[in-house]
Amino acid sequence: MPTRRAAILGGNRIPFARSNGRYAQAGNQDMLTATLDGLAARFNLQGQRLGEVAAGAVLKHSRDFSLTRESVLGSSLSAETPAYDVQQACGTGLETTILLANKIALGQIESGIAGGVDTTSDAPIAVNEGLRTVLLEANRARTVGARLKALAGLRPGQLVPEIPQNSEPRTGLSMGEHQAVTTVEWEIGRQEQDELAVASHRNLAAAYDRGFFTDLLTPFLGLTRDQNLRPDSSLEKLAGLKPVFGTKLPDPTMTAGNSTPLTDGASAVLLSSDEWAVEHGLPVLAHLVDAETAAVDYVHGDRKDAGLLMAPIYALPRLLERNKLTLQDFDFYEIHEAFAATVLTTLKAWADPRFCAERLGRDEPLGEIDRSKLNVAGSSLAAGHPFAATGGRLVATLAKLLHEKGSGRGLISICAAGGQGVVAILEA
Amino acid sequence: MPDRYLELVNSGVGATVAGRLGLPRPAVLRRYSPGDPLLAGELLCGELKGGLDGLVELLAAAGVQTAATDEDGRKWAGLLFDATAARGPEDLAELRAFCNGALRRLRPSGRVVLIGRAPDGADPAVDAARQALDGIVRSLAKELRAGATANLIQLVGEASAADAEGALRFFLSARSAYVDGQVLAVSPGAGSPPADWTKPLAGKVALVTGAARGIGAAIASVLARDGARVVVADLPAAGEGLARVANKIGGSALQLDIAADGAPDTITSYFEQRHGGLDIVVHNAGITRDKLLANMKPEHWDSVIAVNLAAQLRINAALLATGCLHDGGRVVCLASTSGIAGNRGQTNYAASKAGVIGMVRSYALRFADRQAAINAVAPGFIDTDMTRAMPLLTREVARRLSSLQQAGQPVDVAEAVAFLSQPGAGSVNGQVLRVCGQNLVGA
Repeated sequence: MPTRRAAILGGNRIPFARSNGRYAQAGNQDMLTATLDGLAARFNLQGQRLGEVAAGAVLKHSRDFSLTRESVLGSSLSAETPAYDVQQACGTGLETTILLANKIALGQIESGIAGGVDTTSDAPIAVNEGLRTVLLEANRARTVGARLKALAGLRPGQLVPEIPQNSEPRTGLSMGEHQAVTTVEWEIGRQEQDELAVASHRNLAAAYDRGFFTDLLTPFLGLTRDQNLRPDSSLEKLAGLKPVFGTKLPDPTMTAGNSTPLTDGASAVLLSSDEWAVEHGLPVLAHLVDAETAAVDYVHGDRKDAGLLMAPIYALPRLLERNKLTLQDFDFYEIHEAFAATVLTTLKAWADPRFCAERLGRDEPLGEIDRSKLNVAGSSLAAGHPFAATGGRLVATLAKLLHEKGSGRGLISICAAGGQGVVAILEA
Repeated sequence: MPDRYLELVNSGVGATVAGRLGLPRPAVLRRYSPGDPLLAGELLCGELKGGLDGLVELLAAAGVQTAATDEDGRKWAGLLFDATAARGPEDLAELRAFCNGALRRLRPSGRVVLIGRAPDGADPAVDAARQALDGIVRSLAKELRAGATANLIQLVGEASAADAEGALRFFLSARSAYVDGQVLAVSPGAGSPPADWTKPLAGKVALVTGAARGIGAAIASVLARDGARVVVADLPAAGEGLARVANKIGGSALQLDIAADGAPDTITSYFEQRHGGLDIVVHNAGITRDKLLANMKPEHWDSVIAVNLAAQLRINAALLATGCLHDGGRVVCLASTSGIAGNRGQTNYAASKAGVIGMVRSYALRFADRQAAINAVAPGFIDTDMTRAMPLLTREVARRLSSLQQAGQPVDVAEAVAFLSQPGAGSVNGQVLRVCGQNLVGA
């Protein structure tokens, strides 16, 4: 079956807010609906039946089992547009993009919206597991006596609710603690982390100042810029912060300044076939060329070579090989800044002969990249990181950068919880 | 925001009390909804012998029921008098006689429309009679009650009934609810009338700036109702409201600072890429930074001139230079009665708005060369967020200072803009149309 490249026509996101900040009262559905509405307004999509909408959230209420479809129904998009939820932790937004791009490539759909949303403010709180068991037992009981017997099993301790944890179920360690181990193993210094964080804030601020986000963002609840952005961030200010992760390890380096904060927000990307774009008079910003996912055994694997957030390092060489490209063949690199140290570990591993030989089976390392091409419009350290929304932010940002340049190639790399990673290539 | 006084004097007891005390009694104005007939009742037509050809036929085609003679007890939705054949002051007596009895039987929100020719310097007696119509319509507008209006269509040169059709329909219909005591010049060469008068803007692509709320949002909504594909623009910070407007009217949102250096390029490339050009531009975006001139800081002055005037000039220049504005295009610029009558504390704002009027007049000939037209709409006191912020008493007084004794609604301005955007309105060019209920200030 002949395939075609899916076109990226643009995106929309709401400014990202700090946890318990401006969007504290807004749920996932509110944010995703507003984001879809902003996209519909930008591209005149009201009442139009699109191929599909795929989006997801990492922290999700059980009542939001059909979050994306409900958001579509609440938006100005046609109610005849099918929608479904996808979840691959922080890879969600990029994974939905790949999913729809593949359907477009196969000719199954002509257009679609990929996206993601997350709130850490309006997090789902579940009933205690003990209480849940008792209630289910009582529900199953057929007689009053049996029901009373089941309810007699209630204990005061069961009233304590379960609050979602930002930690890996299999290790009990938070993402930051996992990265802290990797940071030590790869000898990533404090100063280089802080430098990356400062660059992220400066680049994001400069992008705002030159109007880069004018057609990528729609204000929400009075917020017009990312709440986490500190345009005046400096090495001196960051140097004064105390480490918050890996504090039991030697020389902890990861602070609140060089780690992403908990964030609320949503993003969406409009994809289509080239024909659909022409029919609708919409310019194509870029095409999605190819993508690859990988996973590492961070539970049992090597402490240095199989860190929780290292999967993109493994995904990229496979993607490059399939597309006959080298690491240096890119004009822009969008590497998600879960932590400054994650980006630095990734770059160091790609340039490391031992790692590349032993782990990636390569004669030569992938090499270095031109750092002036890295996250040129800022990234997660400055913008914040609403888990499932980051992929959509990166795709739209990179597509616009390529479109502005006129032609070129860009790389997206996102690490995700569960030891997973997603990488993709865009071209204009 | 509700006009409590207007509601009160239109209630049973309120009407009696206001009548006894001789208080102003503003009427609830008839406003247009799609499907409404052009005129809600019969139109009494009169003329000086030798008037326009085809006027009655044109009205019949528009679905207006006309009558040529007045009878006692007969109520009229409107009076139309064709005085184009006026030869001297003595002819005007016929107009007096025509109006005399019929005016008493004008229905609420009735319409009086006079048609005359513009003075041309050929014959002083003829010109005197022609100019006299101006005085008649302005005075009559002040006499009319119950939401009725009086307006004058002034035909320039050889302009015909067909050239006046758009203006005539506008003044007769409820679309002109808040346009009163105005004189509108109509030149030959209207361009072809709309195929469907209920969707006069069908197939047209329009840009409305400053459309996230208020008058801009109303303009976008009326243009969309009339069939246009509307792109609404506003500052990025106003994007949330802008998206809401776009989604409500099925249009597109363009976040844009019109005063930014790149704005003209952004606009032309946007419309070239997405729509292959543009038919209608409504320059509505504007700001106020009120200060007495003695206290005016550079930033107060500069920002108002930049947004309200300089941006319009630069965008118009780019639209003409690139050919992005199609031949037959329409540009409507929002001026203000402040730019006509002046307003204390608004030297900067009045400069920008009077400047807009100067720009429109200056551009008119160049636009006419392309069968295009550029006009200004000058709103008077309109209920918006801006007037909502005024102190109660100031607002109540300001509302009564017009012949219609009430503030206009954003939709009233929008209807005037939509009229000037019509394909058939090319005969109106370089004009300033006031939507002010015949405001007593600067009339």
